Amino acid sequence: MSHERQGATPARWGADLQTSLFAKGRAGRRATTMPAWRGDEVDVRLPADALRAAPADLPSLSELEVLRHYTLLSNLNHHIERGLYPLGSCTMKYNPRLNEKVAALSGFASLHPEQDEADLQGLLCALKLLQDALCEITGFAACSLQPAAGAHGEYLGMQVIRAHHLESGATGRTEVLIPDSAHGTNPASVVLTGLQPRMLKSGPDGKLDLDALRAAVGPQTAGIMITNPNTLGLFETDIVEVARIVHDAGGLLYMDGANLNAILGKAKPALMGFDVVHLNLHKTFSTPHGGGGPGAGPICVTEELARFLPPPLIREREGVYSLDACVGECRPSVHAYQGNTGVCLRALTYILRLGGDGLTRVSERAVLNANYLRKRLEGLLTVRHAEGTLHEFIATGSDWKDLYGVRTLDIAKRMLDYGIHAPTIYFPLIVDEAIMIEPTETESKETLDRFVAVVAAIRAEAEHDPDLLRTAPHTTPVSRLDEAAAARRPDLSWLGPCNCG
Amino acid sequence: MPYTPHTAEDIREMLDVLGLESVDDLFRTLPAAVRPPAGLDLPSSLSEEEVWRVMSNLAALNAGQDELVSFLGGGVYDAAIPAAVDAVVSRSEFLTAYTPYQPEVSQGTLQVIYEWQTFITRLTGLPVANASMYDGSTALVEGIRMALGRTGRDAVVLPAALNPRHRRVLETNLASEGVTILTAAASPAGTTDPVALRAVLDGKVGAVVIQNPNHLGLIEPVAALAAAAREVGALLVASVNPVSLSLLKSPAEYGAAVATGEAQPFGVPCGWGGPLLGFLSCADDLKRLIPGRVVGRTVDHDGREGYVLTLQTREQHIRREKATSNICSNQGLNMARGTVYLALLGAEGLRELGAANRVRCEALRVILRGIAGVTLPFAGPVFNEFVVRLPRPAREFRAFAREQGILAGIPLDGFAGCGVGDLLVAVTERRTANEIERYGSVLRDFLETC
Amino acid sequence: MVTSDRKYTKDHEWVLAEGESATVGVTEYAAHELGDVVFLELPEVGTVVAQGEAVGTIETVKSVEDLFSPVGGEVIAVNEAVLDAPETVNQDPLEAGWLFKVRIEDRSELDELLTADDYDALIGS
Repeated sequence: MSHERQGATPARWGADLQTSLFAKGRAGRRATTMPAWRGDEVDVRLPADALRAAPADLPSLSELEVLRHYTLLSNLNHHIERGLYPLGSCTMKYNPRLNEKVAALSGFASLHPEQDEADLQGLLCALKLLQDALCEITGFAACSLQPAAGAHGEYLGMQVIRAHHLESGATGRTEVLIPDSAHGTNPASVVLTGLQPRMLKSGPDGKLDLDALRAAVGPQTAGIMITNPNTLGLFETDIVEVARIVHDAGGLLYMDGANLNAILGKAKPALMGFDVVHLNLHKTFSTPHGGGGPGAGPICVTEELARFLPPPLIREREGVYSLDACVGECRPSVHAYQGNTGVCLRALTYILRLGGDGLTRVSERAVLNANYLRKRLEGLLTVRHAEGTLHEFIATGSDWKDLYGVRTLDIAKRMLDYGIHAPTIYFPLIVDEAIMIEPTETESKETLDRFVAVVAAIRAEAEHDPDLLRTAPHTTPVSRLDEAAAARRPDLSWLGPCNCG
Repeated sequence: MPYTPHTAEDIREMLDVLGLESVDDLFRTLPAAVRPPAGLDLPSSLSEEEVWRVMSNLAALNAGQDELVSFLGGGVYDAAIPAAVDAVVSRSEFLTAYTPYQPEVSQGTLQVIYEWQTFITRLTGLPVANASMYDGSTALVEGIRMALGRTGRDAVVLPAALNPRHRRVLETNLASEGVTILTAAASPAGTTDPVALRAVLDGKVGAVVIQNPNHLGLIEPVAALAAAAREVGALLVASVNPVSLSLLKSPAEYGAAVATGEAQPFGVPCGWGGPLLGFLSCADDLKRLIPGRVVGRTVDHDGREGYVLTLQTREQHIRREKATSNICSNQGLNMARGTVYLALLGAEGLRELGAANRVRCEALRVILRGIAGVTLPFAGPVFNEFVVRLPRPAREFRAFAREQGILAGIPLDGFAGCGVGDLLVAVTERRTANEIERYGSVLRDFLETC
Repeated sequence: MVTSDRKYTKDHEWVLAEGESATVGVTEYAAHELGDVVFLELPEVGTVVAQGEAVGTIETVKSVEDLFSPVGGEVIAVNEAVLDAPETVNQDPLEAGWLFKVRIEDRSELDELLTADDYDALIGS
């Protein structure tokens, strides 16, 4: 099959950089004003030693100036409604607009966290529905929606595992095994819980090495953290045996659910032998990434571990919902309230829209897209561990480096010129010049074909004009930035006076 | 199926390229033992209209602060949100963008973060800020970790009148890290007693936490507390209501090394307490210990000014098991809300916001002082929140007021020496003179009905 | 370039012994492999360190590596200039980009270090 060149030309960006907000504006100009006070005059004075010497210097702008500034800034961003976002391990799927409409409903958005249950019946019903759905999807018995992000879920999961061992008097169980292909957050989450991570080398096939595992477990083992499918996009086929080894040694199994999009409806973490899993609602369940957050990282656990989940618990009796504060129990808590509730409501909306059948189609089409793309890229990019690809795959730029003297970074930067976001690069660390590609199920065959055509075009460029890649991108609002200068002499805030533009 | 573009023909063509018969062949590596025999036991797919009906019906079963008159606070406040804030953050460019790891196609998000950092540094007076934390409680955890990391010590002093929800999160986090948690008692005036603080301070204490205003709404004697911390070489970590910084002394002015807090009132809906907007700022010599994402201004290879994520070696994806924080995703979109909100207010709007909170708060205090049997137990100055002491259980009044459409406050029974009649009441710029009057009349009615 | 006036470590540091003082820096090979150095953490003057002890860090935009003291003793000087201008380590790692000086306690520790030839072989492999 030939690589269609249709649309495979660099795209002009057409947006300009903006001067800082702090250089705009003029003293005396106003946007938001406060509601007038129509009551009696009262003494509002505060002691002089409580007051700041001078008000904060902030810019003065009209409402239209503010909107123009941020609209023009927004034009400098790539985003999912603009083009493909094949970021491996990030699951950049379409974020349905319905989710946003639901989360913005005043009956949800205007609730204060200190209101009584009677005012929250619809909310508590929704959150219980979500907990039950996540338990069905993962095969577990109980769910906490409190973690505000994936790493936050890892942290709570480790706290739960730690609490389990402490309660059973196993104070010596402080070691958590982590495969070398793990997400960077895994070791950090373990350390912050007061446990020690121990790296476990993957086998040559990219999967867990059972002999290495058997040698590593012991009375010091608190547990193991496994991403499944792993960061190479491969299912840990020995997972049931892995679980037996770890459980026999007295440890628990934690699953990083970042890659759940590959197995929705096809496999359940509880059936694999895991005890705890965290889910990334901002990956698998279509909530938007927001330029860095907010996400949500709920955890699901076995019946046995349910008693270590943060309070309050949502209870339902004859259609009436209540919050059980679990008074007198010693449970961890990782958020002032119940986490990123608004994100949870978006995820529930998505789950209701898709249904059980639709969620299963999600993983099928995500895996079909990844495999199709991998196959079509044959001859253009070398794929590592191609056998058993699920929702994502790892290519390497190492042969382009040898042939044309361009690095993975250069390939990724050149993709930006074609209106495609770069894939995840240089991760996982165990693959040289890694390029990690995850197309997701919401991309069409035509979009995937265009991606292949773009890679073919870039390869031709690498062959004939490698400098074009080394100096890419060329059509974006800025070219490569001097990150070394930024880190050597950090300029982290605007220091000049306002309204002097 | 919703949200996927695949036609039957697409699927056939794609399978042909792969040389496969069916989609299920793609899952052959999954062992039978891990596969649910009957698929997912969840309802079938619904249309958008059906889902909208389900979810809006559920929303309609709730009664929030748009419907009720709220005097609830305790860290999350019923603040007005300008329409322009929603307009900006509903743009897909901000809503659906990933973390700005490719700066050439993320200058919008990066510049917004830089502007947020600037706003926070101007409010706290400290020169460095990050791109946001999950909420006020986790921001405080990270601030304490920074202070302990810098001093190499392993004890922290918390004030007795610290937000109890924050305290709970601190206990989970710090206890498992082996940090000793000490408490500085409050004086009868409700503020942290500098003498009591000195009594628990020694050379093992690396961080002294203050909350200003504290959880009783009172402005703390910050200068005296800061001096006590300084005497033993501990760093001051302040948790502050950022709205109060419109008027109150900035953390930098009283010598805080780290300032954290909950910036939800800056354009973020209460949303039952999430997603919120934690902020964190610090002194210059702590900048390489700051957790999370930080944006710096630099130039591109053609000399154009631009922004990048910087100081990345602090972060978990590089430092892995040596990282001092595991935060990865933050509250990016809410940070954009906060940035647009502060851009809309400007210096004058921020001053008016502070004044609008002050006048409403004091107006209610005047009314409550005039009700027989009701007292304001703490005489010290407050910003927009305070304790009222009722002659009857605060919980009963809360239920009574709710019947009248008023969310009267947070009962404080058992907190920092408070009793069954004590209620924490917040008054924001959204409250009208009539609503404040009504609070008083509902309380009178309540007291008369006993 | 691997000069023969100094000793080396497998962590790509060089040591120049002059009298009782040992000056420590990173090799040209390390400076090149690391890429743009953006920040350094160096030990405080007066600290007593053991041979092989981690005494600081060297950071690039996306990596952070430990610095080790190739010999034991008291730290007697730190190159303040590289703290202000970390790029010096890339530009002139063997001279202006030196990092710190240690007062040698036990000269036999120097014998355990790599010679220029040993180090050449190490990076050549």
